[in-house]
Amino acid sequence: MRTHARPWWQRALLTREMLTILILVVAWIVASAVVQGFDGPLTITYLVLDVAPVLLIALPMTLIIATGEIDLSVASVVGLSSVTFGLLYQAGLGLWAALLVSVLLGAVCGAVNGALVAYAGLPSLAVTIGSLALYRGLAVGLLGTTAVTGFPGSWTDGATENLGESPYPVITLGLLALIAVFAVLLHATPFGRNVLDIGRSSEAARFSGVDVKRTLLILFVLSGAVSALAGVYYTLRYGSARGDNATGMELQVVAAVLLGGVSIFGGRGAIHGVVAGVLLIGVLGSALRLEGVTVNVINIVIGTALVVSVVAPRIAGGLRVRRRSAVGQRT
Amino acid sequence: MPNAAPTLRLEGVAKSFGPVAALRSGTLVVRAGSIHALVGENGAGKSTLVKIVGGVHRRDAGIVELDGEPVDFAGPAEAKAAGVAVIHQEPASFPDLTVTENIFLGREPLGRFRRIDRRAMREGARDLFRELGVDLDPDRPAEGLSIADQQIVEIAKAISLDARLLVMDEPTAALSAVEVRRLFAVARGLRDAGRAVVFISHRLDEVADLCDTVTVMRDGEHVSTDTVTDVTPDELVRRMVGRDVAELYPKMPSTPGEVALRVEGLESTGTFHDVSFEVRAGEIVGLAGLVGAGRSEIARAVFGIDRYDAGRVAVGGRTLRPGDPAAAIAAGLALVPEDRRLQGLVTESSVARNVSAVARKRLARLGILLPDVEARLARDWSGRLAVKAGALDALATTMSGGNQQKVVLAKWLATGPKVLMVDEPTRGIDVGTKAEVHRLLSTLAAEGLAVLMISSELPEVLGMADRVLVVREGRIVSELSRAEATPEAVMRAATPGAARSDTATEGAA
Repeated sequence: MRTHARPWWQRALLTREMLTILILVVAWIVASAVVQGFDGPLTITYLVLDVAPVLLIALPMTLIIATGEIDLSVASVVGLSSVTFGLLYQAGLGLWAALLVSVLLGAVCGAVNGALVAYAGLPSLAVTIGSLALYRGLAVGLLGTTAVTGFPGSWTDGATENLGESPYPVITLGLLALIAVFAVLLHATPFGRNVLDIGRSSEAARFSGVDVKRTLLILFVLSGAVSALAGVYYTLRYGSARGDNATGMELQVVAAVLLGGVSIFGGRGAIHGVVAGVLLIGVLGSALRLEGVTVNVINIVIGTALVVSVVAPRIAGGLRVRRRSAVGQRT
Repeated sequence: MPNAAPTLRLEGVAKSFGPVAALRSGTLVVRAGSIHALVGENGAGKSTLVKIVGGVHRRDAGIVELDGEPVDFAGPAEAKAAGVAVIHQEPASFPDLTVTENIFLGREPLGRFRRIDRRAMREGARDLFRELGVDLDPDRPAEGLSIADQQIVEIAKAISLDARLLVMDEPTAALSAVEVRRLFAVARGLRDAGRAVVFISHRLDEVADLCDTVTVMRDGEHVSTDTVTDVTPDELVRRMVGRDVAELYPKMPSTPGEVALRVEGLESTGTFHDVSFEVRAGEIVGLAGLVGAGRSEIARAVFGIDRYDAGRVAVGGRTLRPGDPAAAIAAGLALVPEDRRLQGLVTESSVARNVSAVARKRLARLGILLPDVEARLARDWSGRLAVKAGALDALATTMSGGNQQKVVLAKWLATGPKVLMVDEPTRGIDVGTKAEVHRLLSTLAAEGLAVLMISSELPEVLGMADRVLVVREGRIVSELSRAEATPEAVMRAATPGAARSDTATEGAA
């Protein structure tokens, strides 16, 4: 039997992910041509620095949405981790230790979500809307409306400086490494296969011996830990630990993941598509900001893109099913 | 009135979907007061024919007449209005509405001020159930109705619409023997009231039992129409597959070896009690019983999908941790589950991914799974089982039921199991593939695999099993050797409160 029904170039090019990549390229070209100052080297630097937290969180989010679940508490974990990191530093703890504790706390936040979803069987949408409020409340409660600042320059510079003379920040290397880790995890391990199987049919996955509950718990723990890491980065990038850091960022993360071709119903998605989705949102954001468009309008654009990315495959899928049933109805 | 026009007449009806001819020449004549069986393998064109009669599809060519009048339905509503009712295998009802509301949905009797006259409606439903001779509460919500009861509701709805033609599309596939008997009584009532009934089934014993006329279809064409008493089941099978069925149950002799699966005192409150049995290497043990007797539940608990309250399961002498399918698989246990589409397969995944779904853990090197390793395993196993698919990346959902079942079997055989449990291994698959599955199970057993086979098809159990365990109301009530296992003996043991023998062969085990 043939391994594939279609030649390799069709399988590589005619995908949902390629569509996002294509739109990204077009958006980049249009922005460079139309928006004053977009094609400067600083754009790339700020683009990477700006999208870094969204990109980080989008990686585990891809896996969670691929199982058909969602984690809306991520931005609140960013805030809580930012506050924790700041307070621990203020209390005299070493920065590495503060980083470690913050990430562990994020993992605990994720574990709470995961336990409620996987073992108590509650819908992740409800659980993580609740913990969105809870973790944000804790963050703001711990630090009030004040901020912790005065982090050592070596750390804050590390979060923003460039690699030698290139326009790419040093953190690009870390981002690429994490992208690679998550791409391998989703696309080339039994664990990743299980994740997609759960999204397509968790019942069938269970009958194949997949521990669905444990898999979900692991994913939420990952999401919490990575969000906390993003929180530490966010703190150093702006040199300020605040309870309201990254408020509303979950919208951008979910929008990027869905724009990247991950199905909100679970069962399909790819890391390269999500990376393109994150960059697309980043490019739209920085192009519009350079044009002097307000944040509200940018949110309208992102919101619209999000809705379109959910609705479009639904319509396309509907058409495909109709065509398929027209061909395949023979019993 | 032999000269009157038949209720339904189809002649030379054709329907293609793109390049695929689903129906080449559909011919069917059904008279009032008759129960007409329509049989054929999957893909023979029965469902397409039914959909044309029911107004779902429009024919490309041919004649369709109702009571001598040519008809051409543009949609299901037109067909319904003309007196055609199709009862589906698993009817769709509104779970939040009552049984009565479901029957009269969209045409509720109105009282004064155009208010819905609930009393008239309830009385109407009650009359319908009386007419059908069934006992169903018109006020209960449709939610939680058994499939059998949902079918009855659909039939009641059809009668209230004064349907002259009722088409039942494999209605018995998911029913227990008792429910099948009730459905048959209802169908006979409809026949005696002068309605025409078309009955589609894979089970030829049911055809012989219920129908007066039988039409065979193959490859989208009409093959034959006969009075049921004029044609033997073997002859029907031969016509359906278009060749001699060499042997549907090719059981090879084998010598039982070591005990591979031992179940001791397994107990799940309210489901099954004190279940103990063993299956030896090289042996096929049949688990027979009525639907709902607890057979599938026992298999699920043994495999670890469900928990149990007491007892012990051991594979190859190793006791399994309860509720842990991964541990069961590691110990060499495999379960081909009852529901192929929901439990057996990830239907939205490719053949390759499905075949490697369990074995992939073992295939990974340093935690990494390479696509060509996965493809090699999939190609190997789908080749051995003669899976027919366009390519390894074809989605399982596009395949026929028989091929899907082969993929499920391939998935489990690829794990190299010691014990294979199969739950309804040939439900809803065509005769040709059925024989292939049986040959495979027989060969595997001869090679030393221990097989536990759950089946509602009595001939299958009797044809394949070395020993038969009969489950009744959650208990193993009888163990029969291959020689002792007659249909009568199994049915007597399986039927609650039945020491009588004559209720036996009707329906299934």
